[in-house]
Amino acid sequence: MDNLKLLTYIAVFGSFALYFAIAWWARAGSTKEFYVAGGGVHPVLNGMATGADWMSAASFIGMAGLIAFNGYGASVFLMGWTGGYLLLAMLLAPYLRKHGKFTVPEFIGDRYYSKTARIVAVLCLIIASLTYVIGQMKGVGVAFSRFLDTDYDTGLYIGMFVVWVYAVFGGMKGITYTQIAQYVVLIFAYTVPAVFISLQLTGNPLPQLGLGSKMVGTDVYLLDKLDLIVTDLGFKEYTTAKLGGTLNMLAYTMSLMIGTAGLPHVIMRFFTVPTVKDARSSAGWALVFISLLYTVAPAVGAMARINLMQTIEPAAGENLVYEERPQWFKTWEKTGLLKFEDKNGDGKIQYVADKATNEMVKVDRDIMVLANPEIALLPNWVIALVAAGGLAAALSTAAGLLLAISSSISHDLMKGVVTPNISEKNELMASRVVMTFSVMVAGYLGLNPPDFAAGTVALAFGLAASSIFPSLMMGVFSKKITSKGAVAGMLAGIGITLFYVFQHKGIMFVPGTSFLGGMEPNWFLGISPNAFGVVGAIVNFVVAYLVSAIDGPIPKEIDDMIENFRVPSGAGSAHDH
Amino acid sequence: MSDNNAYWKANLRLIGFCIAIWFLVSFVFGILLVEQLNTIRLGGYKLGFWFAQQGSIYTFLVLIFFYANRMNKLDKTLGQNEKKD
Repeated sequence: MDNLKLLTYIAVFGSFALYFAIAWWARAGSTKEFYVAGGGVHPVLNGMATGADWMSAASFIGMAGLIAFNGYGASVFLMGWTGGYLLLAMLLAPYLRKHGKFTVPEFIGDRYYSKTARIVAVLCLIIASLTYVIGQMKGVGVAFSRFLDTDYDTGLYIGMFVVWVYAVFGGMKGITYTQIAQYVVLIFAYTVPAVFISLQLTGNPLPQLGLGSKMVGTDVYLLDKLDLIVTDLGFKEYTTAKLGGTLNMLAYTMSLMIGTAGLPHVIMRFFTVPTVKDARSSAGWALVFISLLYTVAPAVGAMARINLMQTIEPAAGENLVYEERPQWFKTWEKTGLLKFEDKNGDGKIQYVADKATNEMVKVDRDIMVLANPEIALLPNWVIALVAAGGLAAALSTAAGLLLAISSSISHDLMKGVVTPNISEKNELMASRVVMTFSVMVAGYLGLNPPDFAAGTVALAFGLAASSIFPSLMMGVFSKKITSKGAVAGMLAGIGITLFYVFQHKGIMFVPGTSFLGGMEPNWFLGISPNAFGVVGAIVNFVVAYLVSAIDGPIPKEIDDMIENFRVPSGAGSAHDH
Repeated sequence: MSDNNAYWKANLRLIGFCIAIWFLVSFVFGILLVEQLNTIRLGGYKLGFWFAQQGSIYTFLVLIFFYANRMNKLDKTLGQNEKKD
């Protein structure tokens, strides 16, 4: 076994041993511990756990690649995935915390005095979370197969087992404390290589400043250099390339912001802090910990792009000879994520925008973060750390999603609707059984990813943005919305969003089944399907108001309840009834 | 009850202010006015690009703690005492 593999095994299994130890220490003894970690998590620690909960395989592995290849256009992800926390802190978290229930559908059921509303919310939650969890399970399988040479399936089984152990025994309590450890692992794994690379390229150890600095030994700013390199080869200018049009960027950013604020596994984390005051500050701490990664990511993306370009073409016209390509190039070629085709037969690599002459026929953007340390020739322990970090990001998000799913089934459907008289002990047992079952379903979907797996994360945000966020926000800020209005609004919002996504990508993403064929892509004002959540949200708002106007005023006791959760005084911790 | 009403109105005003800044730095500076701002430089950064990839995030951070801090003061002046259990 070579040195790199040994170090990777130590990093990965060392981190797993840590998670198991925490799981043993943080076993859950009551439903309150299982659903909301006993309601006593310190706001700073909850912020850290929220960071790990939120930052998934997509943030850790995918985002820097998106930035590297989209430049300025990828700003929608940076602003969209951070700006939502301000909405969460001001518009949702304090009031939901004050109301003090265990789940998001339970709040919706209470505010809209309707079991139907609660069940619709459960459905939205399960669809959004389950589609999201497939991506995490895939991330686990890929990370294992890439770094430890196990096959994909074995990697997935190991990942399922690890999540199962701490999620089933600890519930929210176990998940919270493991997520804190996972945050530390993932942020080290992300920032250490970034600091190294920033030092190499600009001499500035802070990547956020390095990105705005001059290249070492020259008088040229890094971003100007990058703009020059990519435009010379015919690519769009890095610092100005847009993602679609201006309107698409506005809609995309807004959809991601309200989608973030409406994701149940994130909202749920704010039920675990002791007070309303803590819920507000905890959202701030969550953003602090998330920003550590999100402000570094633009530097990682730009520097990865510049390193990649300069490896292939060290100086203008002096292209890399294919036979002399570095080791990382060969490793990634084996995976099929990097492909070279010598079109002009000169034995050298030409990487240009023009498809006819470009010889890098495939550069998968997801490899950027994983290959970055190797491209920059960093020491082996850094590469091993990146493997453990990627796994921490995927496992922590998977656990949060699985808890959101299983608590909505055991608490909202079983305790809330089907078997209201279930004892606490039996509910706790039921939630563990449901959790086990959810892990198996997630594992099954990871082993047999449906064709639509690639489009699912976008769908999860679209659903959260168009259904859960508007109904929660209206529930707090308007006393006019009735139960019928809320249900109609949620169904209309989801309906129109699914309609637009499926019309573009086929029903359940099966190609060829898109109806209304012959329409231009992005036909609604140039908005791409991934950016459509905000339109669904507007439809939700309008329909809910119109139906509520006909349906008449809300009952007096609901009015009182709204008055009560709008103010902090008299808050207790999360309770059952 | 009147205290609660005053509290809610003050909260709405504060939210309105924070949302306005939130919108300004991300949607206006980062997207709508990006080309105009890009003519100004901040070291190696074009200013519009900096707002879109760095500045807006820092502003969100300041806003979120500003909001939490102001609400804590409001809790005190308007007698919103939370009970811990």
